Amino acid sequence: MKFFKNKLLQMILRRIIQSVIVLLFVTLLVFLVMQAVPGDPIINFLGEAATPEQIAYFTALFGFDQPVLVQYFRWITGLFQGEMGRSVTFQMQISDIIFERLGTTLLLVIPAFIISVVFGVAFGVIAALRRGKFLDSAVTFFANVGMAMPNFWMGILGIYIFALTLGVLPVQGFVSPTQDLGESIHRLIMPVIITASGPLAVFTRQTRSAMLEVVRQDYVRTAEAKGLDSRNIIIKHQLRNALIPIVTVMGVMLGAMIGTTVLIESIFVIPGIGSLMITAIRSSDYLVIQNGVLLLAVAVCVCNLAVDILYGVIDPRIRDAK
Amino acid sequence: MTSKLLEIKDLSVEYKTEEATVYAVNGLDISLDYGQALGLVGETGAGKTTSALSIMKLLPAGVGRVTSGSIFLDGVDVLGSSKKKIGEMRGNTVSMVFQDPMTSLNPVMTVGDQILEVLKIHKNLSKSELSKAVDDMMEMVGIPSYRKKEYPHQFSGGMKQRIVIAIALVCEPKLILADEPTTALDVTIQAQMLALIADLKKRLNTAMILITHDLGVVAQVCEKVAVMYAGEIVESGTAENIFSGRYRHPYTAGLFGAIPKLDEETRRLETIDGLMPDPTEKVEGCRFAMRCKYAEDDCINTAQTMVEAEPGHFIRCAKVG
Ligand SMILES: Nc1ncnc2c1ncn2[C@@H]1O[C@H](COP(=O)(O)OP(=O)(O)OP(=O)(O)O)[C@@H](O)[C@H]1O
Ligand SMILES: [Mg+2]
Repeated sequence: MKFFKNKLLQMILRRIIQSVIVLLFVTLLVFLVMQAVPGDPIINFLGEAATPEQIAYFTALFGFDQPVLVQYFRWITGLFQGEMGRSVTFQMQISDIIFERLGTTLLLVIPAFIISVVFGVAFGVIAALRRGKFLDSAVTFFANVGMAMPNFWMGILGIYIFALTLGVLPVQGFVSPTQDLGESIHRLIMPVIITASGPLAVFTRQTRSAMLEVVRQDYVRTAEAKGLDSRNIIIKHQLRNALIPIVTVMGVMLGAMIGTTVLIESIFVIPGIGSLMITAIRSSDYLVIQNGVLLLAVAVCVCNLAVDILYGVIDPRIRDAK
Repeated sequence: MTSKLLEIKDLSVEYKTEEATVYAVNGLDISLDYGQALGLVGETGAGKTTSALSIMKLLPAGVGRVTSGSIFLDGVDVLGSSKKKIGEMRGNTVSMVFQDPMTSLNPVMTVGDQILEVLKIHKNLSKSELSKAVDDMMEMVGIPSYRKKEYPHQFSGGMKQRIVIAIALVCEPKLILADEPTTALDVTIQAQMLALIADLKKRLNTAMILITHDLGVVAQVCEKVAVMYAGEIVESGTAENIFSGRYRHPYTAGLFGAIPKLDEETRRLETIDGLMPDPTEKVEGCRFAMRCKYAEDDCINTAQTMVEAEPGHFIRCAKVG
């Protein structure tokens, strides 16, 4: 056990170093792209009527007149001190806006992720156990529908049915849970379920096929030959092995969900990181975009690391290989 | 009811797949006393594994099906028993060592837990008793018990097979079905493993069906031998009956011809020409006739019955006796 923990720590450390290198590349790439695209946040902010003097003054104030490399290093050194810079559009520290918005996005993504994993795995197991029977066909049908339906379409359909026709859920909007927990949940129900639906369908299908793959394995027969009842065979032998490929999908889906919230947030008017990015892009506030992209890249790295750790926990072969 | 440990009568098993129906076992009769070891010999596809799986009621669901016959194990009607009853029996009264030890163990569970699991199902023991039983069993198959916290991939093939054997034996079953327990291993380990099985069998007084296509292996361990061909027994008797060679089914004779004899100058193996009949077709006459040197028209057309060539030695051939 001690041996395992050391190995695990080593692995985590190595992965963090790797991630930092990857993230540095991301910063450089996103910075250069932002330099290349047209648009000026100062002009956007000051509007058509601004005089050249005003523009020059603010450009110098934000340091946008400096050489490109200097600007880049200022950003990076700032990051290491926990500074992301100031947003021209919002006239606020970017770190203040971005983390608040991230919190809102996570309120959407984390429950959606948990729902999609729990129900997806459960439905997948059921479908696999009832292979070829009615329940399997029904689950598979809905999983296909869930995968085929675009998020925005589901959002519109959901709003039409539950908000406009039945009137049981609000059309849109967001209330912070610290302000009014009940109302916050009430407003998040639909966006969370819609965010969960696609990944839920993917988990269902993945789990079903992983379970069917595992049923044929010799060790499942060994378990049967021991006289184990089917419930224990499913949980202890089949599911634990089937989870190994599912964990990979979990990492990918969590990353993807953070991406899809951009759409969901704009449909339901939720002030998350997605809608922040859209605002920033509209006003060419590239310092916000840069930091937002970086944050998403960090999130993906964290997901990957979590997947690798989880792998090590459920698959002893991987634990030793690393 | 009989005082036999195992009594299989007229067992037939078929596999129904999308393409065809495979008649894997056709009217199998086997009987075994308590503590007795039977070697079940035959070439690939003869239906050996299928027969063993039938005893465990482990035929692949939806594909394999018993179409006739009966199996009584320790006085229990296996084919007529409930799922619960079968669950109580598996691993406890009868256990099976599968053909491939490499894949028979769960890769994400420690070997100790895999041995412990079967004990927990069947034996009502305290935690420390369970743990001691696992330790003892591991030592018995020659693996130091401190390794019980390790996972299958940390063991060599031969050691995995020992673990598989430990799982099969830990509840001290009355019957163990060993399906080619040594073919996946290299020669030196094969010998060790056979010595181990023979030793454990003696110590625990377990009856055994040892499935193999290697007559040499049978000679080392078994009192009785049954030769299987195309889903039926073509010859059965004591090991002495079979090995003395006074009477032999032509197929058994062929099997003996296929064993290398080190003392002879010609090292060329005699093989049996031809193939087993297509298992998807029902055969009327003698199944071996097509490959048999002595076959006559009659053999091809009429079903052969077991002939008692000498006391206790049965041969399914019209030419014998
Ligand atoms: N799951 C299955 N589906 C269809 N046919 C099967 C299945 N399992 C076995 N068979 C067929 O049943 C026949 C008997 O197979 P079985 O595995 O019992 O042979 P065996 O004597 O154990 O052979 P081997 O020495 O190769 O292990 C073969 O013709 C085989 O192709
Ligand atoms: Mg076999």
